[in-house]
Amino acid sequence: MGIVHGEEMVLNIGPQHPSTHGVLRLHVQTDGEVVSHIEPVIGYLHRCFEKHCEHLTYEQVIPYTDRCDYIASMNNNFGYVVAMEEFLGIQVPERVEYIRVIMAELNRIASHLIALGTYGLDVGAFTPFLYMFRDRERILDLFELTCGARLLYNYMWVGGLSHDLPVGFVDACYRFLDDFEPNLKEYHDLLMYNKIFIERTADVGVLPAEVAIQYGVTGPNLRGSGVQWDLRKNEPYSIYDRFDFDIPVGTGQMGSVGDCWDRYWVRAQEMAESVKIIRQALQDLPAEGNVHEALPRKVRAPKGSIYKRTESPRGDLGYYIISDGKGTPFRVKMRSPAFTALSVLSEIASGWMISDVIAILGSLDIVLGEIDR
Amino acid sequence: MMNAAVTEQIRERFPQALAEGKGDLFGETAGEDFVALAPEPWLDVARWLRDDPALKLDSLQCITGVDLGPEQPLEVRYNLHSMLHHHHAEIRIVVPREDPVVPSVAEVWKIADWFEREVYDLFGVTFTGHPNLKRILLPEDWEGYPLRKDYTEPETYHGIVVPKVKTGWE
Amino acid sequence: MTVDQIIRWFQSLSGSGEQAWMFLAAVVITGLPLFLVLATNAIVAVYVERKVSAFMQDRIGPMGQGAGFHAGKWGLLQTVADALKLLLKEDVIPSAADRKLFVLAPYIIFLAPFLAIAAIPFNQVLQVSDLNIGVFYVLAMGSFGVIGLILAGWASDNKWSLYGAMRSAAQIVSYEIPAGLSIIAVVMLVGSLNLQQIIEFQTGTRWGFLPNWVVFHNPFSFLAFFIYFISSVAEVNRTPFDIPEAESELVAGFHTEYSGMRWALFFLSEYANMLIVTAVAVIVFLGGWTSPIPGLFATAGWGLFWFLFKIGILILVMMWFRWTFPRLRVDQLMHVCWKVFIPLAMLNIFGVGVWALGVG
Repeated sequence: MGIVHGEEMVLNIGPQHPSTHGVLRLHVQTDGEVVSHIEPVIGYLHRCFEKHCEHLTYEQVIPYTDRCDYIASMNNNFGYVVAMEEFLGIQVPERVEYIRVIMAELNRIASHLIALGTYGLDVGAFTPFLYMFRDRERILDLFELTCGARLLYNYMWVGGLSHDLPVGFVDACYRFLDDFEPNLKEYHDLLMYNKIFIERTADVGVLPAEVAIQYGVTGPNLRGSGVQWDLRKNEPYSIYDRFDFDIPVGTGQMGSVGDCWDRYWVRAQEMAESVKIIRQALQDLPAEGNVHEALPRKVRAPKGSIYKRTESPRGDLGYYIISDGKGTPFRVKMRSPAFTALSVLSEIASGWMISDVIAILGSLDIVLGEIDR
Repeated sequence: MMNAAVTEQIRERFPQALAEGKGDLFGETAGEDFVALAPEPWLDVARWLRDDPALKLDSLQCITGVDLGPEQPLEVRYNLHSMLHHHHAEIRIVVPREDPVVPSVAEVWKIADWFEREVYDLFGVTFTGHPNLKRILLPEDWEGYPLRKDYTEPETYHGIVVPKVKTGWE
Repeated sequence: MTVDQIIRWFQSLSGSGEQAWMFLAAVVITGLPLFLVLATNAIVAVYVERKVSAFMQDRIGPMGQGAGFHAGKWGLLQTVADALKLLLKEDVIPSAADRKLFVLAPYIIFLAPFLAIAAIPFNQVLQVSDLNIGVFYVLAMGSFGVIGLILAGWASDNKWSLYGAMRSAAQIVSYEIPAGLSIIAVVMLVGSLNLQQIIEFQTGTRWGFLPNWVVFHNPFSFLAFFIYFISSVAEVNRTPFDIPEAESELVAGFHTEYSGMRWALFFLSEYANMLIVTAVAVIVFLGGWTSPIPGLFATAGWGLFWFLFKIGILILVMMWFRWTFPRLRVDQLMHVCWKVFIPLAMLNIFGVGVWALGVG
């Protein structure tokens, strides 16, 4: 306890902290409550995903992709198998495509529910979090019904799926959607349009579109800044060109374009769009089709490389796969959307208060499993 | 084909910049599948790629480091994308294994800061002009560059035994 | 029954003048029930808080189920089990902490509501000390706890604790002003600082059907009640004003480093403080022990019931706030206090004065 100086204090937020969404450390310089500089320190969850891949066959990589973004595992599977199928030139059956879209969109809803719920926690509202977990629970039940797993699915395989839909899935899915849609409005009234919530998030952590593009920020964070960019629409993969859905973009309703509220709002709207996609996919789902039909006996990629991006709930999820013609990949690189989203934090959160830094970090919706890989 | 057009334009503007691609190792051809560049002029080319109105490759999607083999050089691959024109291009720069140096493009695309740190961390490629070149995923006192093909794990790290990578499926 | 009355009763028994043992015995006789009241309050309130939050969040909360000991029927023994657990926990004091202050702080924090409750009238007769400056005393003692918070935050030698302590110091000191100002308006109306006299002022009816409570007295006193109530929520650090212990920002704020029984004292004092501030709100604005149906159920026994009933309602409202609202930011909190509540409270004093002169 020395003499009081007007110096800045260094604060370590994390790696063990209630709202770092994983094991993230923020090296923060503060002047009182105001944060003057932030440096994210990552790597606490580094599990050598890319090194592992070089020692595994192409199919064995899939369970590892699950563990990267453990909140949206279906979408991680999806990105990898889409890349591999384009690499190998495999045409998968219609039924498989529809089931994949249904699963990916269900998982997108589940992921956004976590994003929005934990964001409520970050700004101090506990109750919406549990409401949203209640609905996420039903999505996980659907997944459990389908493939037996609730978090890490290993469901989508190169050329097919591990299991076909179980009997009664379509009805159960419709029942969930019917229950879920009215709930959405309740959540929005409870949190999104709450006066205190708006005060806390509007005009806070504004991410201008140019900065977002400079930092490679994608997904809902980029759309929150008013850029209409969604790979499902702009570079349709799988069968996304068959569905009718909108891409919500932030308009600065409560403050300026690209603030935390806009990012929250975009995620909230995307859930409704996902519901639309799932309804159409369930409608058109072909009754017949063998999900194991197009599975190759052994996945052996030709020499060459491919970079393929898909739209995960957090943004552009890219896989760069290089093959030297052998049975194991020569190199797999995962371009994770949360990695780029976190890199922009120090740019947009400097100069705000500690509470705002937490709010801004939460609004970027990062998953450390994907950042550290 | 986007990559071919980019190659053509770079040849016109920066006659010295194109390099002979090492892509034949994987059956790919420079100019068509990717643009092969020499390391030195890369920063100038990068600025031009971002600002040229016809290209406007304003988004750096990904930087992938590749080790082409135990005796082979290293390679850095850049996937670029234009938010305006919705097209993309791939740039590859091959650097010698003994002295892997590439100019940093962190001032052109801000995200390159972290991507380059990752490549430095895992492959040991040095990016000159990088504002803060230090390890990002591994601890700062880690030895070696794990994603190189000839990497051998240390026996221990601060007294903790490092588990060995198993080859193949057991 | 005040301390003075007990001492007088002792004197009549022994037939001698006041002696030291009489005073001590009187303090113990009155103090012990008060301590029990505060402890019971915490146990009950924690249980209710759990159940209320559970019902609001589509859960069932603590439950007893199956065979064996599972926190009793409906989870009634959950808080008892928690208290036992906290008693048995290891008492950790960080090596860098300022030991003396660290140990002292929880007691100071708990002392504040304990001192304050001494002047609270539970009904017409149950009151430890009927002070003529009752309101003033309760407010002063209630704000005494902030010293403990600052000590706890400082002595922990933890940056989160320090932040929490600084925030709570600023917050509690600020919100005492609007709370105090809105009570001054009532004191003006009643013309006394004595709590019993304030309650007696509120007996009878207003406009024939409403109880003659201050909150219904005039529009300004109605507003004063809300200013006081919201300020008091801020004073006891509850959501949406829980920034000193904002768990998503400051981990646990000023009590980050506390564990076991010391931590339990913080918890106890939080609920005790809730009891005090709601008790003041009930006494000053909602007629204390008076019945909501004037003339009916007006005995001393019913008085105790009405008093606790009104406190319970207000505590439930506080819980309702907590499980509904997000948290304000520090500067927004100060904005609400200094730029909204204090001017409004000032205006209120003026309004109540004019009303009292003009309308009566």
